[in-house]
Amino acid sequence: MSSIERSPWLIHYDASSCNGCDIEVLACLTPVYDAERFGCIVTGDPKQADIFLVTGSVNHLNAPILKNIYDQMPEPKAVVAIGACAYSGGVFAECYNVAGGVATTIPVDVYVPGCAAKPESILDGVVRAAMILKEKEKAGRKARALARKEGRRSPKRRAGGAT
Amino acid sequence: MSSGHEAREANAPSVIPFGPQHPVLPEPLHFDLLLQDEKVVGAVPQIGYIHRGLELLVEKRDYADYVHVAERICGICSFMHGMGYCEAVEGLLGVAVPDRARFLRTFWCELERAHSHLMWMGLAADAFGFESLFMATWRARELIIDVAEETAGGRVIFGSAIVGGVSKDPSDETLMRCMEALKPARDDIKKLSRVMLQDATVRHRLEGVGVISKEKAYELGAVGPMLRASGYDFDIRRRGYAAYGEVGFETALETAGDCMARAAIRIKEIEQSFSIMEQVVAKMPAGPVSLPIKGMPPVGECFARLEQPRGEVIYYVKSNGSRNLERFRVRTPTFANVPAMVEAMRGASLADVPTIILTIDPCISCTER
Ligand code: SF4
Repeated sequence: MSSIERSPWLIHYDASSCNGCDIEVLACLTPVYDAERFGCIVTGDPKQADIFLVTGSVNHLNAPILKNIYDQMPEPKAVVAIGACAYSGGVFAECYNVAGGVATTIPVDVYVPGCAAKPESILDGVVRAAMILKEKEKAGRKARALARKEGRRSPKRRAGGAT
Repeated sequence: MSSGHEAREANAPSVIPFGPQHPVLPEPLHFDLLLQDEKVVGAVPQIGYIHRGLELLVEKRDYADYVHVAERICGICSFMHGMGYCEAVEGLLGVAVPDRARFLRTFWCELERAHSHLMWMGLAADAFGFESLFMATWRARELIIDVAEETAGGRVIFGSAIVGGVSKDPSDETLMRCMEALKPARDDIKKLSRVMLQDATVRHRLEGVGVISKEKAYELGAVGPMLRASGYDFDIRRRGYAAYGEVGFETALETAGDCMARAAIRIKEIEQSFSIMEQVVAKMPAGPVSLPIKGMPPVGECFARLEQPRGEVIYYVKSNGSRNLERFRVRTPTFANVPAMVEAMRGASLADVPTIILTIDPCISCTER
């Protein structure tokens, strides 16, 4: 069960980034940086994903999509916000159609700095997210064991209830 | 057998949503595809997922600082966006940048074109399920990115364009060494393009798909590789902005107008970019790389046109004589290509839709800004 941190599956969504961070996310998956050596595979299906990579800031049109993808991901899950845009809106923070960073919509576990974020730091973010996944998994297991001990039904896996 | 009403019901096109989060699309773009059986009879694009409203930001930023925002219109052609904005503002100010700056701008433009086309080649390969080709092209692309990092200082956002010139001045030796370092990439790309153009599976997916005739492409206002693949000779670089007037190159042309022709154009242009870079490095003049810019831009308006990897782009600036410009507007190549893309989709089968979308090389981020 603890293998989750050794094979986290990634899903990537471009909220409203300028493509700069997106290309770097893709660069991470290709031979030179090669995220696959950490067991990562990119999937287009939120239901199979463990780590959610988000680039760019949130606006009113893409916020529901972001939330939707996040809600479909099974527990435990981790969110990595990549780039200055995903943190606060970055250079676009003052634009009229930018509502703010990713944290305004879904809980974020790891922030990757940079504009554009470098592939090395994105990889670092993914590895940290994998460690967080492991912690979350452990905590979830403990909670379920405790619940069993107390003779209650194990708590339902909540959607969107990550810390 | 059935009544007229039922027959109409059965023949009514079904609507298949495509996107905004879709495995082949790195960017969010949504289409409602109207299908008759497997055939696409219409496509209704819906955009707005990455609209930020950065044109209005020009009212809040100093005109010289806005270059940072302009570079982030799109991270793929970031240098060209920054430079296009600078050219428009320089037109307002009535200054001509130093020769070395012109040549360095050309160098970085072509570097960007090469990496953009390679990136496209990888994504297209991924879209039709040729994953090893995707990986191999991106490995070759990293060598180009390394050169960008060494000469301009950034991997994707170069950050080297400023109003009045460029902010980085790589030495002639560095440039020479970089051209040397690009050699393995060029060899790799030659091999990869052979796969892209001659492999039976690739040809099966691309040949005869999404055809646009020369007249139609012109009528619908297509630009860049989309127009040139249909046989229409149109390349803004011919106007000789930056240092393009002083280097020799031939416009890449194809006549078939299908996905394969568009792929062939881009592959030719990669090699062309390297050859232009070589000429630029060989002819690089000495001297300063930027002019000191003082004062405000005078009241007036100006526009600049460049050839981006995806086609012609137009920048328009209007000044009211203060530190902040009054209006900034970009007409991006993808925006000009969308009508032609919708036309190319008509009559295609559902399985070909991702390939057609990818062969216009859409850049949603700059289209929506
Ligand atoms: S952080 Fe910078 S590079 Fe990344 S998406 Fe935002 S503007 Fe583009």
